Amino acid sequence: MMAQQEIIIAGFGGQGILSAGRLLAYAGMLDNKHVSWLPSYGPEMRGGTANCHVTISDEPVGSPILNSSTALVVMNGPSLDKFESMVVSGGMIITDSSLVERDIKRADIDLFEIPATKIASDMGNLTYANIILLGKLIARTNVVSKENFEEALKKVLPEKKHYMIPEEMKALELGMNY
Amino acid sequence: MGEKLLMKGNEVIAEAAIRAGCRHYFGYPITPQTEIAHYMAKKMPEVDGTFVQAESEIAAINMVYGAASAGARVLTSSSSPGISLKQEGISYIAGAELPAVVVNIVRCGPGLGGILPAQCDYFQAVKGGGHGDYKMVVLAPCSVQELYEMTVEAFNISDKYRILTMIMGDGILGQMMEAVEFKDKEDIISPDKNWATTGTQMKREHNVVTSIFINPEVLENHNHKLQEKYALITENEIKVETYNCENADIIVAAFGTVARIIKNVIKMAEKEGIKVGLIRPITLWPFPERAFQKYADVPKAFLTVELNAGQMLEDVKLAVNGKKPVHFYGRMGGMLPTQQEILDKIKDILK
Repeated sequence: MMAQQEIIIAGFGGQGILSAGRLLAYAGMLDNKHVSWLPSYGPEMRGGTANCHVTISDEPVGSPILNSSTALVVMNGPSLDKFESMVVSGGMIITDSSLVERDIKRADIDLFEIPATKIASDMGNLTYANIILLGKLIARTNVVSKENFEEALKKVLPEKKHYMIPEEMKALELGMNY
Repeated sequence: MGEKLLMKGNEVIAEAAIRAGCRHYFGYPITPQTEIAHYMAKKMPEVDGTFVQAESEIAAINMVYGAASAGARVLTSSSSPGISLKQEGISYIAGAELPAVVVNIVRCGPGLGGILPAQCDYFQAVKGGGHGDYKMVVLAPCSVQELYEMTVEAFNISDKYRILTMIMGDGILGQMMEAVEFKDKEDIISPDKNWATTGTQMKREHNVVTSIFINPEVLENHNHKLQEKYALITENEIKVETYNCENADIIVAAFGTVARIIKNVIKMAEKEGIKVGLIRPITLWPFPERAFQKYADVPKAFLTVELNAGQMLEDVKLAVNGKKPVHFYGRMGGMLPTQQEILDKIKDILK
């Protein structure tokens, strides 16, 4: 893994954008990395887009607000418009191609288009789409370990939802292997 | 230390207050600190505490006055416009020498301004936003772990000196999640509050808590007593972090969130052969003048970086006292300086 991963996750409110970031940060912390998670809390949250900035680093995190990112995970078109230019050259963009219609303008990044919402729908639960995309991110960057991602699910999900964890991990693997 | 948890800054403040023995919270919601009230609403009933969503910020601060008068550890929290509304109560609490903790998760202003992070309430906090010759201790944490430790500390300082302590953060610190490790048990230092209005049981004279002293001789004596207390706090309670200051080409002064950005700038500058130091005031009042005096001869210049138009800048200039030029770089409106912007400014100064 690079010494510092700066990840932006963005999409509509309700797609599990903030919790995806939180899971990633939690797993990073369990991997003994320095982590920060910062949600968008601006007026754009009301009925619109949501995003969060996650930093996972070998060293203490400076500003938790990112000016650029090493990886972008996007779950709708407006978020791609907003954040595409912030990805560093050689960085990575992962899109939910079920929902992002347009092509990527950047040629200097690694692009992964995954129909995550479609795959999640086939699994019978749309809420797994964010996890499928994280699967690809983890497979390509090793930003967190799979084991601690599962631990993070246990920490973040309330007890009554722990029965979902095997399915969440299945979704993660579908994304990893897509 | 216990297990490492990933928690939001605002929630950590609330949890820390409960751990410090605070059982009374009065507040009114405002972004970006409402999670403090959420957390208190949920947790206070579990510890036999009191949570009241007051009808206004003014009501909340006066409830704080009441609970503090009775000797309770008490907290209120708000963000900039709400803190302005509380100023009358803050001045009364200062006058009546009550221990209490106020959290200001600062947003950009003036007026309703915006909800994004800023440090534009520095003057209000350290120079007295309310009327009268008073001071309150102002703590400026820069991480979620520090939010925890300093909230506990705030209650201890307040009780020790019978003074109001403010924790000043910003929207980033309140909203972000970071790792935090709570101690198994807090070090709670709380002297006997024999001045509190707890009922005489017909066994002692009445205790009186007040900020009104109509007789000028009496009030001047009271003023002197307050000033002596402030001098004692200045002697005992200053907290500051100095980093990389020996042989620095330039020393940056920054507090809270901005200090984190500066630490990244220090690494960037190092790669270009520029040695940047950092003085991070942790107590904004009392201000760590001596740290600046100690290093005043070291750098070619000082640079103060803030999320405002230049407020702590004045205290830095007073402390440096003309020995070296003091420059300023600031962003406002909820905008943050990038590391590159600050590095460019540093290079410009050293040119």
